Amino acid sequence: MKTPVPIPKDVERMATRAAFGKALAHFAEQYPRVVCYDADLSKSTQTHLFAQKYPERFFQMGIQEANMVGAAAGISFTGKIPFACSFAAFLTGRYDQIRMSVGYSQANVKLVGTHCGVGIGEDGHSQMGLEDIALMRAVPGMSVLQPSTPTECRQMVEWAILHRGPVYLRLTRQGLADLPLPPFKAPGHFPLVKEGRGKAFLAVGALLEPALEAAVVLEEQGHSRPAVFNASSAKPLDDGVMEKLCDRFQELYVFEDHSVLGGTGSALAEWASEKANPPVRVVRYGVQDVFGESGTPKALYEKHGFTSRAIVSFLRDFPTLS
Amino acid sequence: MKDQGPKPKTQKVEVERDRFLTWAERTPVIRERILKSIHRAGSGHPGSSLSLVEILYALLGEGGVMTHSPESIQGNDRDRLVLSKGHGVPALYAVLVDGGYGIDEDELMSLRKLGSRLQGHPDRARLPILEASTGSLGQGASIALGMAQGYRLDDNPHRIYAIVGDGEIQEGQIWEAALSAPHHKLGHLTLILDFNKGQIDGPVEEVLSLSPLREKWHSFGWHVHEVDGHSYEELVQALEDTHPEKPSFIIAHTIKGKGVDFMEGQIDWHGKAPNDEQLERALKEIRQNHTIGLAP
Repeated sequence: MKTPVPIPKDVERMATRAAFGKALAHFAEQYPRVVCYDADLSKSTQTHLFAQKYPERFFQMGIQEANMVGAAAGISFTGKIPFACSFAAFLTGRYDQIRMSVGYSQANVKLVGTHCGVGIGEDGHSQMGLEDIALMRAVPGMSVLQPSTPTECRQMVEWAILHRGPVYLRLTRQGLADLPLPPFKAPGHFPLVKEGRGKAFLAVGALLEPALEAAVVLEEQGHSRPAVFNASSAKPLDDGVMEKLCDRFQELYVFEDHSVLGGTGSALAEWASEKANPPVRVVRYGVQDVFGESGTPKALYEKHGFTSRAIVSFLRDFPTLS
Repeated sequence: MKDQGPKPKTQKVEVERDRFLTWAERTPVIRERILKSIHRAGSGHPGSSLSLVEILYALLGEGGVMTHSPESIQGNDRDRLVLSKGHGVPALYAVLVDGGYGIDEDELMSLRKLGSRLQGHPDRARLPILEASTGSLGQGASIALGMAQGYRLDDNPHRIYAIVGDGEIQEGQIWEAALSAPHHKLGHLTLILDFNKGQIDGPVEEVLSLSPLREKWHSFGWHVHEVDGHSYEELVQALEDTHPEKPSFIIAHTIKGKGVDFMEGQIDWHGKAPNDEQLERALKEIRQNHTIGLAP
């Protein structure tokens, strides 16, 4: 599947939260054990679509995320497949419930955190999921997924339904281009989006598009020829995939709208520094160790360097190995 | 003792004499097991386990109110019990020995040892009969609530029970569940409070008062009972008197360390193991107090 670059202006865009809401309502018919929990954000998380179609399988919990996470664990023990949904920031705020009631209990709960990253814009830091990957991937047995396109989101929803075990799905508020990508098969498989050598860009979510554009520009300018991969899962990593990546490339650049502490970049850095032979350098490109703030999504993306122009200039200034 | 407000008629539940005698005979044995296993482990919570014995026995013991058997652990054809106050789990392990659940007295001696299924706090993954992994306080009521939602979705007639501690209900999540369960009309959910009046740093009333306890739960919409938590008769009566829509909350007045004179009501025995000499003394007292609860 060839991803067109530059990305056409008229490419279809949809927030992954919207794609999720549609997918959940769609798959609910095929998978009758699926139920849904929400904590007074069903219009934002888009679970209202499920609620309208299957009111008896939808549990409106009110503004009680801790109770919601616990109840989702409980209902999973009776054989249901619950999706428990809120903003990523509010879900991770209930980390004790996630590590105990879901993780340690090996509950078959699908946690869905929307409004990830500084890309949510004006609402500011309190509503931004910025450390959710770091927290979720520290829970043993948790799969951590982040779709980079609406189509991939739909594929991940079905994968989560069929996968037995806790899953965290990280979704955007803002629209993402529905770039044609190889279909999602399993966590840890980073599909190739653009060929290259020397450097590999591993980009995820809203940063796939600017990273891809930046790679093309860098190539056009004769600076380098970065390959681009869709790094749409942070856990579990696939040893075979990582080994190949580290064999083929001297440097991995990981782009994500998440704190650089503990995110997808950290996950790859841990692998590449410990297991690659020789160790491979991983550069984490994300939200630095700072709080979010209010602003338009565009202004915030410019401030944090989440544009193709900023990525190009970062790469040009960065003392690279390759 | 009944629900507040318009009082429903007291429905006397006759507890068969032999059921009652079995209980009186078995609970001292359970207390002995609890103390022996905690003694062997070298750590644990004897006070908080001993207060639980009659509550657990009324649920899961011989003639207990729960529909439950070793065969029903798979699937949903059973009542479920979540021990939210996970530190009391030695009492649950000890009760399960009698039910044919594959735990024997030898295994009780592996409590808290590396590789044991009998973790210091419940681990559902290692021992599915525990229903939920608990130990970080405040979470079991929500888990039970979710189970009740699942059962209702399937028109499953069985009940869900959860046991919470008194210190535990200082946790905010408990009050989330307290607000939520009546709203969802989960009449097949019963929450039992092991009201032993003590927590690590002192008497509950001093650390953080729960009063007025009964009024709070009543006002939240629960079907409230208040019983002697060491009286099998009162417990069974309260457990069987349920409301079709309101979840039940049973305030079970208990004594921390019940059955061992030198432990009773002593906060110090919340979370430490007896030494050899203390164990011997305790076992002797339990045998002497064999008739605990038989007479008021």
